[in-house]
Amino acid sequence: MSVDAGPRGASEPILRLRGIQKSFGPVSVLKGVNFEARSGEVTALVGDNGAGKSTLVKCIGGTYTIDEGEYLYDGKPVHVHSPRAASALGIEIVYQDLALCENLDIVQNMFLGREEVTGAARTLDEARMELLAGQTLASLSVRTVKSVRQKVSSLSGGQRQTVAIAKSVLWNSKLVILDEPTAALGVAQTAQVLDLVRRLADQGLAVVLISHNMNDVLQVSDSIAALYLGQMAAQVRRSQVTHTQIVELITAGRSGDLGLTSSATAAVEGNGARA
Amino acid sequence: MTIGNDALSQPLRQGEEQPFLVRSLGPREYALDYVQRLRGGEMGAIPGLLGLVVLVILFSFLQSGFLSAYNVENMVIDGAPTIIMAMGLVFVLLLGEIDLSAGTASGATAVLAAVLLVRHNVSWIVAALAAGLVGAIIGAFIGWLRAKVGIPSFVITLAAFLSFQGVTVILIGGGGSILVTDHTLLALESASISDYMPLWGGWVLLAVLVLGYAAVKFRTLTKRRSSGLATEPNEVALVKVAALAAGGALFVYYMGINRIVTHTFLTAGQTSEGVPWIVPFLLILLFALTFLLGRTRYGRHVYAVGGNDEAARRAGIRVDVVRVSVFVICSFLAALAGLVQMSAQAGVNSAQGGGNTLLLAVGAAVIGGTSLFGGRGRVIDAVIGGAVVEVISYGMSDLISGSNGPGWQLIITGIVLLVAAGFDAVSRRAGSRQ
Repeated sequence: MSVDAGPRGASEPILRLRGIQKSFGPVSVLKGVNFEARSGEVTALVGDNGAGKSTLVKCIGGTYTIDEGEYLYDGKPVHVHSPRAASALGIEIVYQDLALCENLDIVQNMFLGREEVTGAARTLDEARMELLAGQTLASLSVRTVKSVRQKVSSLSGGQRQTVAIAKSVLWNSKLVILDEPTAALGVAQTAQVLDLVRRLADQGLAVVLISHNMNDVLQVSDSIAALYLGQMAAQVRRSQVTHTQIVELITAGRSGDLGLTSSATAAVEGNGARA
Repeated sequence: MTIGNDALSQPLRQGEEQPFLVRSLGPREYALDYVQRLRGGEMGAIPGLLGLVVLVILFSFLQSGFLSAYNVENMVIDGAPTIIMAMGLVFVLLLGEIDLSAGTASGATAVLAAVLLVRHNVSWIVAALAAGLVGAIIGAFIGWLRAKVGIPSFVITLAAFLSFQGVTVILIGGGGSILVTDHTLLALESASISDYMPLWGGWVLLAVLVLGYAAVKFRTLTKRRSSGLATEPNEVALVKVAALAAGGALFVYYMGINRIVTHTFLTAGQTSEGVPWIVPFLLILLFALTFLLGRTRYGRHVYAVGGNDEAARRAGIRVDVVRVSVFVICSFLAALAGLVQMSAQAGVNSAQGGGNTLLLAVGAAVIGGTSLFGGRGRVIDAVIGGAVVEVISYGMSDLISGSNGPGWQLIITGIVLLVAAGFDAVSRRAGSRQ
């Protein structure tokens, strides 16, 4: 199995998963998955429908607990049993369906559930929140929204995605997982969001990008991890693979000497057929 | 790394725009921004306020004595229970839920208070506390059924609506009505006894109100400016304060007029002047609930759950707790409304809180600008909408005389409610881009 060795002289990855297994009753969804994400890099997580991308992300985010395997965060083994525990570690997930409240404005959404309060009466510190939200957006060079007091209902799909992503970096986040951030967007908006994804990594965060779009993946990622029927076919450097190789890894689990061995894929396929 | 906090101390990279910082809006920009918000469907209280002004002008021409001090006082006193109930309904409506039992819950709790007062001779404060407590318990039960058992609130509260009517009948027993004579409770609505705030009290109340409003307003403005955030211009804030002061002064002056209508030997030497006690009571509720919804984390969470409960859940908000809490608030305020209604009638009867009590309160909230779809609404909506409902009711009472008068009044109120709900639905579509 080919494993991404990381850039030369790079530090320990912030997230390292070893042999992650997860079953739902008799259905084994993750069968010993290895995965790494490094600070300052965009790691793409690709795979066909049912390959286990969502399950893997939910395991990382604490929605599901893993059955077996090692979860190393910042080099230390951790147990992530709830989304709250993941947040405490600095892991934020931006879901496909965004999870924004349309009736609230940008600032209110960015601070939802973690509002800043002031004074003995613990009243909302609107001025501070507005300032921080504006500065976070500015630090990400977001210029597409007119005012941070605009309601989310008045924003376009790309702007909403931007707000959802900016929300995730407002906190002490070190690892941001983006689930299909460009799935519903037009060409120009996709470019904007990918730009933002790249900038997050440049700011030093570890970014995990889940996507079906090979062009997006090849454009922004540093490392690509391909899941195939619950196994990690390969995690490779972006510079070392072609578009065709990635597609083969996704659809067949191997490409040349990359990926799973033929016996492994046969076993997996057989297993998959039984399941 | 903390991007948010770093951004505070670190300057932006060279040549980087600062799109959100240091922008004090001029009056013109503010007006443009405001118009844009209106067009985006954020009309807030505007339709309700406009409707109120139009109706008042209309009726003052059509009906002599409509704006007499006597009539105005009666509208305030009559509207108070509807307004208080509507304030509670705003919380429930914000979550996209409904409480059809608020009316009969107010009736049942008021009857409970009356029974305690009259048949068990407890003090007014014990009776009132008991009513409030039972109201809160009713709300907790409804909320629990909704949040934990998962029955739609429409069905739960429809069942409760019927049951509470039964409770009222059983509590009252054979007589069919109970007369209440407790002075403190009756003074609340000043209806059956002439007990009003002293004249100076009205002016003190006004001064506290205006100065308090101005202080909060300008403190917020100063704080935002010192943080370099966009604010409304001073002129606009001043106009708002001045409007409140002028409107309030007119009201207090008007309520200072002696309203004794019939001069007989019974009323000789008696005066009926001053602001009704219910006015400060309403203002305290308005202030407290507006603070709760607008300035606290809890209030923010209510809006969030109403807008997208899944997003709220993922943000770590305890959605079920919020859901139960709004029903508790609603039923508690319904109990208060019941006490106020009891005060206005100087007693209770077996139909207490039935009929159109609930529908007028829901109508008040919606006419004021609270959305039936959840996520949008303010406590002041209940006051504005309640005023509209009351103005229609009083304006129509003389206009359409004869035996069909009350019928027409109901029809017109129904139409107004429908128009308001239509506004709500249309503005909701206008505000959404997707």
